[in-house]
Amino acid sequence: MKKLLEVKNLSVHYKIQAGWVYAVDGVNLEVNHGETLGLVGESGCGKTTTGYGVTQLLPSNAYIKEESKIIFEGKDLVKLGTHPSKKYEGYRKIEEYNPEMRKYRWAKISMIFQGAMNAFNPVYKVGDQIIEAILAHENMTKQEALKRVEELYRLVGIPKDRINNYPHEYSGGMKQRAMIAMALALNPDLIIADEPTTALDVVTQDRILGEMVRLQKREKIAMILITHDVSVVAEMAHKIAVMYAGNLVEKGTAKEVFKETAHPYTEALLNAFPSIKGEKKRLKAIPGSPPDLANPPKGCRFAPRCPYAKDICLEQEPPVVEISPGHYSKCHFAEELYGELGGE
Amino acid sequence: MDAENGDNRKVVISVRNLKKYFELHIGMFKFWGEPIYVKAVDGISFNLHEGEIIGMVGESGCGKTTTGRLLTRLENPTSGQVIFEGKNIAELKGKDLKFYRRNVQMIFQDPYESLNPRFTVQKTVMEPLLVHGIGDTYDDRVELVIKALEDAGLRPAEEYLSRFPHELSGGQRQRVAIARALVLRPKFIVADEPVSMLDVSIRAGVMNLMLDLRDKYNIPYIFITHDIAVARYMSDRIAVMYLGKIVEIGETDEVIFNHAHPYTKALISAVPVPDPEHKHGRVEIKGEIPSPINLPKGCRFWPRCPYAKKGICDVKEPPLKEVAPGHFVACHFAEKFYEEDITEETVEV
Ligand SMILES: Nc1ncnc2c1ncn2[C@@H]1O[C@H](COP(=O)(O)OP(=O)(O)OP(=O)(O)O)[C@@H](O)[C@H]1O
Ligand SMILES: Nc1ncnc2c1ncn2[C@@H]1O[C@H](COP(=O)(O)OP(=O)(O)OP(=O)(O)O)[C@@H](O)[C@H]1O
Ligand code: SF4
Ligand SMILES: [Mg+2]
Ligand SMILES: [Mg+2]
Repeated sequence: MKKLLEVKNLSVHYKIQAGWVYAVDGVNLEVNHGETLGLVGESGCGKTTTGYGVTQLLPSNAYIKEESKIIFEGKDLVKLGTHPSKKYEGYRKIEEYNPEMRKYRWAKISMIFQGAMNAFNPVYKVGDQIIEAILAHENMTKQEALKRVEELYRLVGIPKDRINNYPHEYSGGMKQRAMIAMALALNPDLIIADEPTTALDVVTQDRILGEMVRLQKREKIAMILITHDVSVVAEMAHKIAVMYAGNLVEKGTAKEVFKETAHPYTEALLNAFPSIKGEKKRLKAIPGSPPDLANPPKGCRFAPRCPYAKDICLEQEPPVVEISPGHYSKCHFAEELYGELGGE
Repeated sequence: MDAENGDNRKVVISVRNLKKYFELHIGMFKFWGEPIYVKAVDGISFNLHEGEIIGMVGESGCGKTTTGRLLTRLENPTSGQVIFEGKNIAELKGKDLKFYRRNVQMIFQDPYESLNPRFTVQKTVMEPLLVHGIGDTYDDRVELVIKALEDAGLRPAEEYLSRFPHELSGGQRQRVAIARALVLRPKFIVADEPVSMLDVSIRAGVMNLMLDLRDKYNIPYIFITHDIAVARYMSDRIAVMYLGKIVEIGETDEVIFNHAHPYTKALISAVPVPDPEHKHGRVEIKGEIPSPINLPKGCRFWPRCPYAKKGICDVKEPPLKEVAPGHFVACHFAEKFYEEDITEETVEV
């Protein structure tokens, strides 16, 4: 498979009054054509910042570290969309209205936003908002764009007579489908889907995830699926990246991450989820709570909560170890623990 | 119909054919004469026993929260009864009502909203003691507060007493809400999505805490959740609601693995499983949940049901039938589905 996207050493920090929030630190990711990468972790660990960082659709206080690279179809999007910050040495500042970057957004990389339920403007008809997006990028007549929207509605399973409704006339599930239609409108190569089903009922979630898989296979679209739900990534993703406190702590195929777990945090996360399958076992809570990213712990960021931590973990940041080909763990004891850890 | 399960523990509350219809005040509709009702809860019955946890599951809008509000008398029923210690709670007044309120406590989804931001932890947990005149002296009450906080896993409790909600994490806030519910030693607790807003790593701790407290004090809960895996973990029995009705109720693993209602089957087959090798079965149910204003005639699930039979399902409403001891199902073909094991057939995706 060919690499579509390569994120190298991505660090995105937010400037706040008291200093910096180290939201994303040294993240490496690859996504191949047509492949789904699941990005999973708890609230506040930096998933959205990583995902949106790819298209640099970030708040104005976000800065990207100089050494970060986002290679998409051979071009470095960081170079394209940012310039060296005059104010902060070593950082690059995002150019909000960079015309080059805008060509990539929606057309090549589209997004399904977290809380998409409210992503549509309430005063315009849903269909018109999608038509608008199409016309902004493609040389089409309004009539052709409407045709395209009708086709998209068929794809995502909304009756086409609902095109002229306003957002509040849609149910939550329909808004989510319309958001997917919007994300597909310009035939992107990559969709970044941020918690696309988190606010929905299981039945609706199941249908929408099913639709996404079907469309993705048909149109050969790659996807970064961001979620806090390990069950959803287990179901959807080919590869999984587990994030904790701004770092990727483990990365591998779905099977490797779930069955040959190589990081203590992944193990803890898997043990904290109840399942409707198998026997009922007592869940293991992770002691403490995730760190404040304005003040991340020294050494391994998971060390204060890690049952395997030793002195070195509190002092030194662990290296990323390739435990088996393509399977990475950021832990001082990755090798020792490999084979010992597990969700079950 | 009383969904009884042969449990010989003491019944704490008994719910009998409970209904709640909300009248809609949309001026325009009034015009046409007939008032319009949302049938939020439409005839449910069950008993909750000492030390028992019943999980209530179902899609958004099926009436879970309304049921919880009826049980705690935050809402009065349109008809039917909730019996507590021999009395219909709707008829309680004065001292009796106060006694009931002391004995039933509610824990809500959002610990951010349910705690007063200007109250310290101590004040929050002590307030119910003052309302109900419990504890002779201030020191007695502080002692009860400390005990409740420690029970809720906030140790050492002294460290939390003077904190405000914004100085606590989400999980700690929910623990304060639990301590406040517990400090009165209630006879039962209604918990409405108590862990839905919590972070994964913290959620397991709060769930374990609630289970441990049940074991320690034998307090029964109604545990409302839209997450079936959570319901399985927490409950002894599960009640599945659809449009204001209980369509299936029984022991937890009986409902999870041997369910006989097509809706339960659809719901459970939609739950993702944290195992990449799991073969996902999918039951296609049609359309979306209809509005509880215009309920379908007959079985209210029939327009979405893949097994519905014309002339039966769209005509007559199915009663709750006992397919196995303590396992009740409201479907015309309940026995057949129970025998034939509708859980077996899976469609691969
Ligand atoms: N504009 C901002 N300014 C300062 N800090 C921010 C900003 N946006 C996000 N953060 C912080 O950056 C960290 C990462 O946030 P992010 O939204 O990427 O997390 P997430 O993993 O997507 O969380 P969630 O699951 O809650 O959506 C958090 O600690 C958050 O508080
Ligand atoms: N005060 C009210 N007035 C009118 N309708 C109401 C009122 N409260 C609830 N309803 C309606 O009653 C039905 C049941 O609502 P309820 O809140 O009990 O559902 P739920 O199962 O708790 O849903 P969720 O999972 O979304 O919390 C819904 O259709 C709701 O819109
Ligand atoms: S590096 Fe140490 S603290 Fe971090 S996960 Fe590994 S064992 Fe735990
Ligand atoms: Mg996010
Ligand atoms: Mg509710």
